[in-house]
Amino acid sequence: MKHRLQFTAKKLIRMALLLLGVSLVTFLLMCASPLDPLQTNVGQVALGSMSPEQVEQLEAYWGVDTPPAERYIGWLSGVLHGDFGTSLLYRQPVLAIIGQRLAGSVLLLLSAWVISGVLGMVLGVTAGTFRGRWPDRLIRGYCLLISSTPAFWLAILLLLIFAVWLGWFPVGLSVPAGMEAASVTLGDRVYHAALPALTLSITGVANIALHTREKMIDVMESDYILFARARGESTGSVVLRHGLRNVALPGITLQFASISEIIGGSVLVEQVFSYPGLGQAAVTAGLGSDLPLLLGITVITSAIVFAGNLIADLLYGAVDPKIRRRAAGK
Amino acid sequence: MEPILEIRHLSIYFTQYERGVRQRQLPVIRDLSLRILPGQITAVVGAGGSGKSLLAHGILGILPYNAHMDGTILYNGRLLTQKRAEKLRGREISLIPQGVNYLDPLMKVGAQVRKGRKEEGIREKCRRALERYGLEKETEELYPFELSGGMARRVLIASAVTESPRLIIADEPTPGLDAKAAARILGHFRELADGGAGMLFITHDLELALTIADRVVVFYAGETIEDAAADDFRGASGLRHPFTKALWNAMPEHGFVPLSGAQPYPGTVERGCPFADQCGQCRPECRETEQIPLREMNGGMVRCLCPGDQNGKEGASG
Repeated sequence: MKHRLQFTAKKLIRMALLLLGVSLVTFLLMCASPLDPLQTNVGQVALGSMSPEQVEQLEAYWGVDTPPAERYIGWLSGVLHGDFGTSLLYRQPVLAIIGQRLAGSVLLLLSAWVISGVLGMVLGVTAGTFRGRWPDRLIRGYCLLISSTPAFWLAILLLLIFAVWLGWFPVGLSVPAGMEAASVTLGDRVYHAALPALTLSITGVANIALHTREKMIDVMESDYILFARARGESTGSVVLRHGLRNVALPGITLQFASISEIIGGSVLVEQVFSYPGLGQAAVTAGLGSDLPLLLGITVITSAIVFAGNLIADLLYGAVDPKIRRRAAGK
Repeated sequence: MEPILEIRHLSIYFTQYERGVRQRQLPVIRDLSLRILPGQITAVVGAGGSGKSLLAHGILGILPYNAHMDGTILYNGRLLTQKRAEKLRGREISLIPQGVNYLDPLMKVGAQVRKGRKEEGIREKCRRALERYGLEKETEELYPFELSGGMARRVLIASAVTESPRLIIADEPTPGLDAKAAARILGHFRELADGGAGMLFITHDLELALTIADRVVVFYAGETIEDAAADDFRGASGLRHPFTKALWNAMPEHGFVPLSGAQPYPGTVERGCPFADQCGQCRPECRETEQIPLREMNGGMVRCLCPGDQNGKEGASG
């Protein structure tokens, strides 16, 4: 138990350092951005008609005249006190916006994560078991095709086919337009999340399935599978009893590592579907020079990805008997 | 007595691709014949990489997907087809593999010995098999990484004999064990054979094979070159093939005479005797004959055109 605690503490320190690094890099990239916050957000024409005092006020609001180091340290000390600042574009606390957006995205992200994980695992195990035969060729062909397809292009394609031509799904947004928030049902949300979730799942499946297939092939070629067959176990028993068990460990790593890809993919996919989630907010913040919001989103999503990896490591310890027995022995 | 296992002219090939497109059949085992009687241990002795393990896999019907087999295997006098092998393996025919790698690293020993079966009495059977080899009940709850080398091998043997098989194939079951532990394992084998089972003992160690085997089949570059009774190994003169004699002479107590040169890889010798390059009594026709036939001689078999021409020492010096 002590061993586990030490392990977790070490990981958490590493996470703090990582988040610090991520926020610094994001900040430096924003400083290097050629976009002038006043011109993009206020507009050339409006700026021209303003008095110098008004322009000065706006510059102070967007932080143009503050030295970068001071801005970063100011933001950091705020964060350490639990204050992520106020979004310049939305004029609301950053955490409140992230909370809203995350609530909007969570259905999308979670369903895409689960579907791509489960389906990827099933396809990968099937392909690995029947290596070289037609199920493998079919699955591998699909995965290679999808891996070489950009997510946003696939999103546009699905939008064209299912929303525009067939009219089965809405063209965009996460809830019906013009409806009161109180009267939106879960059904409406699922209906609106279906296409973007499908896009994310389709692209996520390929990666997981291909990796699982490789692992499954290694397992199926191992000595213990050979011996299991020599002991008279049927192919079904070999795959279910030994194959799945041994593919599960790398499977956990793959599944949790794919969180970063799902979040990354959601930025583009939400943009295509005008889905008001976290990904879309990140794009808006980046293009609109909304520094506090962008920093907030980057740090929170990095923390989510890191937490995913941490969970994978901890689960590994619970599943792998070598780690489990050693921990129990101490 | 009717043999439990009879193999006639067995060949095993691998399908390989040459320069990407051209298929090629690479023979790993060529024209192998042997018989095993009940209560008899037949050792197959050959250097590493000479395709011995594939023989075991061929009998059990678990060859890799890119390998195929020619020839006849009879089990209890009836043809051993793939279907029949699938039914018999693990029950009447069982394998004792080389080491702990052959156990699923993530599954407890007990569950592996029980093979996932749930029928009545399987727990009891598994416990008794483990007990027979001095493994306590707690062993069932251990994972393979918690076993010592000797324990792992005893688990593998126990796993092979839970169903009281009639044919046991042991594939290099002793490397890495000290002489005492190896002797104990071999003692177990003799016990199993004395109980009426036939045993195929695959090893690279002639000395070890001679301590328990009744018959010895010598393997060279994928071919059986000699089939001899263990008693024939009492002196070089009882042996038939120059390579067997060289092996005999290379044993520590017979002078430790090394054999120069190396065994060709299976499939590299297209025609003629594969031993030609190392043989002291090679004649031109040895290299020209398509395949040297296996023929009977003094109660054994030999694959040589001029067997027993010279005595062993001279044969080995070539």
